[in-house]
Amino acid sequence: MKQHEEAHASLKWFGLPVLFPYLKRCKKLMISMLALSLLGGIVDIFLPFFPDIAITRFIEPKTLHGIGWFIAVYAVFLIVQTVVNGVLAFWACKLELTIQKDLKNTVFFRLQELSISFYNQNSVGYLHSRALSDTDRIGSTIAWGIFFDAMWNFAYVIGAVAVMLALRPSLALCVIALLPVMAVISFFFQRKLVKTGREVREINSRITGNFNEGITGAMTVKTLGIEKELDDHFKAETANMRKTAVFNGHLRGAFMSLITFMGFAALALVLWQGGRITEAGLLELGTLSVFMSYALNIMEPVRWAVQAFSDLINLQVNIERVHRLLTTVPDVADTPEVIEKYGDSFHPKKENWEDVHGDVEFEDVTFRYPDGDVNVLEHFSLKVPHGTMVAIVGETGAGKSTLVNLICRFFEPTEGRVLLDGRDLRERSQLWLHSHIGYVLQTPHLFSGSIRDNLTFGRPDVTEEELDLAVKRVHADWIVARMKDGYDADVGEGGSRLSGGERQLLSFARALIADPAIFVLDEATSSIDTETEAAIQKALTEVLTGRTSFVIAHRLSTIRSADIILLVDDGKIVERGTHDELMAAKGAYWRLYTRQYELDRTKETWNA
Amino acid sequence: MSNKSKNRKRRSGAAENRRLFASVLKGSLRFFLAGIAAAILMTGCEMIIPQIIRTTVDSCIGSEEPHLPAAVMNFLEGFGGRAYLREHLWVIAAAVVVFALFAAFFRWLSSYENAMGGETLTQNLQDRLFAHIGRLPFAWHMEHPTGDIIQRCTSDVRVIKDFCAGQLFSLVRIVLMIVLAVTFMVSMEGRLTVIAMAFMPIVIAYSLAFHVRIRNQFTQVDEAEGVLSTITQENLTGVRVVRAFGQEAREYDRFFKQNAHYTDLWMKLSTTMAWFWAFGDLFSGLQVFFVVLFGAIFCVQGSMSVGSYLAFISYNSMLIWPIRSLGRMISEMSKTGVSLNRINEILLSEPEQSVTGHGAEPTGDTGIRIEDVSFAFGKAEVLSDVTMEIPQGSTIGILGSTGSGKSTLMHLIDRLYDVPDGQGRITIGGRDVRDIPLAELRGMVGIVLQEPYLFSRTIRENISMTGERTEEERRRAAAIACLSETIEEFTDQYETIIGERGVTLSGGQRQRLAIARMLSEKKPIMIFDDSLSAVDAETDARIRHALSENLGGATVILISHRISTLMEADRIYVMHEGRVVESGTHEELLAAGGTYARIFALQYGTPEERGEVSA
Repeated sequence: MKQHEEAHASLKWFGLPVLFPYLKRCKKLMISMLALSLLGGIVDIFLPFFPDIAITRFIEPKTLHGIGWFIAVYAVFLIVQTVVNGVLAFWACKLELTIQKDLKNTVFFRLQELSISFYNQNSVGYLHSRALSDTDRIGSTIAWGIFFDAMWNFAYVIGAVAVMLALRPSLALCVIALLPVMAVISFFFQRKLVKTGREVREINSRITGNFNEGITGAMTVKTLGIEKELDDHFKAETANMRKTAVFNGHLRGAFMSLITFMGFAALALVLWQGGRITEAGLLELGTLSVFMSYALNIMEPVRWAVQAFSDLINLQVNIERVHRLLTTVPDVADTPEVIEKYGDSFHPKKENWEDVHGDVEFEDVTFRYPDGDVNVLEHFSLKVPHGTMVAIVGETGAGKSTLVNLICRFFEPTEGRVLLDGRDLRERSQLWLHSHIGYVLQTPHLFSGSIRDNLTFGRPDVTEEELDLAVKRVHADWIVARMKDGYDADVGEGGSRLSGGERQLLSFARALIADPAIFVLDEATSSIDTETEAAIQKALTEVLTGRTSFVIAHRLSTIRSADIILLVDDGKIVERGTHDELMAAKGAYWRLYTRQYELDRTKETWNA
Repeated sequence: MSNKSKNRKRRSGAAENRRLFASVLKGSLRFFLAGIAAAILMTGCEMIIPQIIRTTVDSCIGSEEPHLPAAVMNFLEGFGGRAYLREHLWVIAAAVVVFALFAAFFRWLSSYENAMGGETLTQNLQDRLFAHIGRLPFAWHMEHPTGDIIQRCTSDVRVIKDFCAGQLFSLVRIVLMIVLAVTFMVSMEGRLTVIAMAFMPIVIAYSLAFHVRIRNQFTQVDEAEGVLSTITQENLTGVRVVRAFGQEAREYDRFFKQNAHYTDLWMKLSTTMAWFWAFGDLFSGLQVFFVVLFGAIFCVQGSMSVGSYLAFISYNSMLIWPIRSLGRMISEMSKTGVSLNRINEILLSEPEQSVTGHGAEPTGDTGIRIEDVSFAFGKAEVLSDVTMEIPQGSTIGILGSTGSGKSTLMHLIDRLYDVPDGQGRITIGGRDVRDIPLAELRGMVGIVLQEPYLFSRTIRENISMTGERTEEERRRAAAIACLSETIEEFTDQYETIIGERGVTLSGGQRQRLAIARMLSEKKPIMIFDDSLSAVDAETDARIRHALSENLGGATVILISHRISTLMEADRIYVMHEGRVVESGTHEELLAAGGTYARIFALQYGTPEERGEVSA
């Protein structure tokens, strides 16, 4: 599977402009947050003045005159601070969640449109983190990093600098001089910490992998008697973890120490220079206390502002990945004319949909996978009239899915056409096509939820009687009967509460309920017990009668009665005919069949 | 051993947890103690600074008599006293910097020691868990889901580490800090200290109550997130089904609704948290407010100096965040008990016992006797009264259907399970396998499993898993297993990494690598448990041929469903539903005309000869 390599910084402004369309909805919220952050910063700037006022107005003149006003104003500031903090935190959450929600919906929507070839090139895990993790990071960094931390702390730093300059420029310079130093220190440590943090996470996942290996491979480990060897291997990993994690902790400790030290250093400078002018009577004692307070408190905001900036730089990667996914053009897409007439997948115009008879034709089809370099089909032609059963057989990995991919229009022919009822598949919408194809997978995929949810997957409006009938026809009624909650029984994640055979039977019922004109079956390779196999066989006959069908078969006994058998080897169709014709030819099909026959009969002998 | 285990069981869970905790802390306690000592020094240095400022403001800038301990006064007099300091304020600034430097150093030292403590603890606990799990009986492994064990070994270990390095450490530090600060504060103005500290219980209780309350909400959000993740996962995995049924719109709708639900839950939680923060801020603000206000009043009344006033404000603000975080920490601590319990469940499980019988001296003989062995998993009987005789140096074959119990029988020989008392016995060279120390037994018996587990390391490392091998030995093993050509096709040859992080091998290649792994070491007993099932018939024959030339007198058990694999064996046992139904040499079994003969006819005739093909 080809993973997208991480692209280098290629977007301007940290990729933020790319996000504008998704942020539009939150414009009001962002402006309000901006205003409130400024207010919060300003309130914080003025709080140190209260001790100043207390000293200058009350303590030095030794009077309590006017203390009522003092209390009142202070109380107002406190209330404003409380409200600003509360509201701002709430808004930041809201902004974060809104961005995340919208982005997730957009990405998920896009994933529904992208073609199967895209899915073949990207692993589920990769796409899963694009849809859920990247979007989370983008939301939280923008809301908390930019609109909360950066704004608030910038406001504080700039405001404090301005106030200090206004009060006493020479003294202000003592503090201001240290700010760039602090910024550089923060930036340096921030980068280092991100790097070692990543290393720690990597080692951690290796340790988890080791546990997994030790537990899953327990039988092998015991029979080989290599417990000690694995212990040593594991210990090397944990020792490495300790070293890296301690280094990370040590960096963090050094960083925090430096931040507080810088605060004290600024304080010492203020005390020295400010003390001199205060002694000389040129500066109020209260003002000196304001300066000392700024000196101590300004370093943290600088650090947070730097952190927000560094987060923003790191966010670029996430933005780019999401952006790339959102701008990927599906390989298979309906033309505007087709959408005009039949609607798209989300807004179908069913009134214009034609019924399907079921004549399929491959007309001089040449096909090459988008990521491949050889033609797997060359000038392939095949007529499949209504009601015909086509079987596709061959070794695992021989490329049996190609024809099915073309019929389902998961891929489009490189040259030539695939026709349904005499018309090119591309002339009708994908949704129209898919609504008329029943598809049962090799490993039947059920969705978590109830049996009913799964059975009605293709046709939500099905009646109870139809449901009963379909389940009976594929001999799956006993599964439903076995469940306490019947149709409403929970199947577990991916159908995990059911056995493989049960999942298979239910997926037949699901396909039957959708009542398609064309049926595609990708048969299971895994061995199922004989009884279930017999049940599946019966169900299959039931489902296939009267429909055009394409069966990818592993058990050749299933398809002896097929009208056309295609044998695929190394991606190409090498033999073609009925069972009898191919057996008479004594070629690859004959060999394959003989071998399987032998195995099947061995099994039967045991059960006799 | 057995006495000890009974003692263990008698102890209560809480006592066990305390014992585990004590043992976990053992290796890292000194780091934590050093960390706390450094934290005390750091706090001390930081707390002196406001005192310096107080004295400076009052006595250098102002004109009050300094109130300082005699020793400090004497020291200052030596410097030239107040007058000198007034003229040379930089000395005071330098003192601040020096104390700040010490504070920074101790802060760094404290976090370094703390990290050492936490990481050492994690390392020790994880090493211990890993080693213990590796030595638990196979039956234990069958009973416990992998995901759950991993969770215990990672997340629960982290909870305990966070408890020691995070919560416990901070708690000790914060309490010390409060004590120190309060001492300084009381020395300056007792009443004001009471006013400032009055908020402490309120803030702690409030934040504790809050964190306990929202835990439930957090669980809900986590669950909703889990569902959203599952929907995405299933949609991506089942993309073909979704497309084939044309259900994109419905899937989007499902995602959209769950996303909205999840966001709503978060929004609710955010609202609660915003209120909490706001009130937290209000309490802190009020704490400062009262100190500023009453401090001013006390100053005006003359019971306090300006310098003390400023120092007081500094101390007060130093305490605000630590106090606010106390509630959260205490609430997190309650998780630790649960985690200790979960880890203890693993560590208290009895490991495999090397000898379960009476013990017996080695005899040098490797003949195996299986005498009337019965075995059941729970109520399901897997083997009943199986008897086999496998003389030293002989090769026997076992033919059997799926579920006939042949693999379980092999597992009993290698003691992955023990034959229960009174259910027959298995002996090697006359010694009951339960009397043979595990290491000796498993060193003697080599098994290739049907679905062998390979490690995601290089081919070389996989082959030499049981100890260092010379290149010669490796090549020989690979050659017998017919793996040399496959390996040569890889660019990195023996250094090719396989598995998750490297090349994916086919079923047949995996089996052959497992065979090479076993053969790389000379084993007097070799068992091939259907280990050629995924290999084609020709390769199977080549491997058997190469093998027979390299047996070196080993006792061999071959299990297969292919007659050709077994027919040359000295004796063949046919097993069905846990019993031996036929036995004898190939010729004898053919003559008997039973199951074996029927299967032979099937595998060695052509379909046409049987006239059943084009039905």
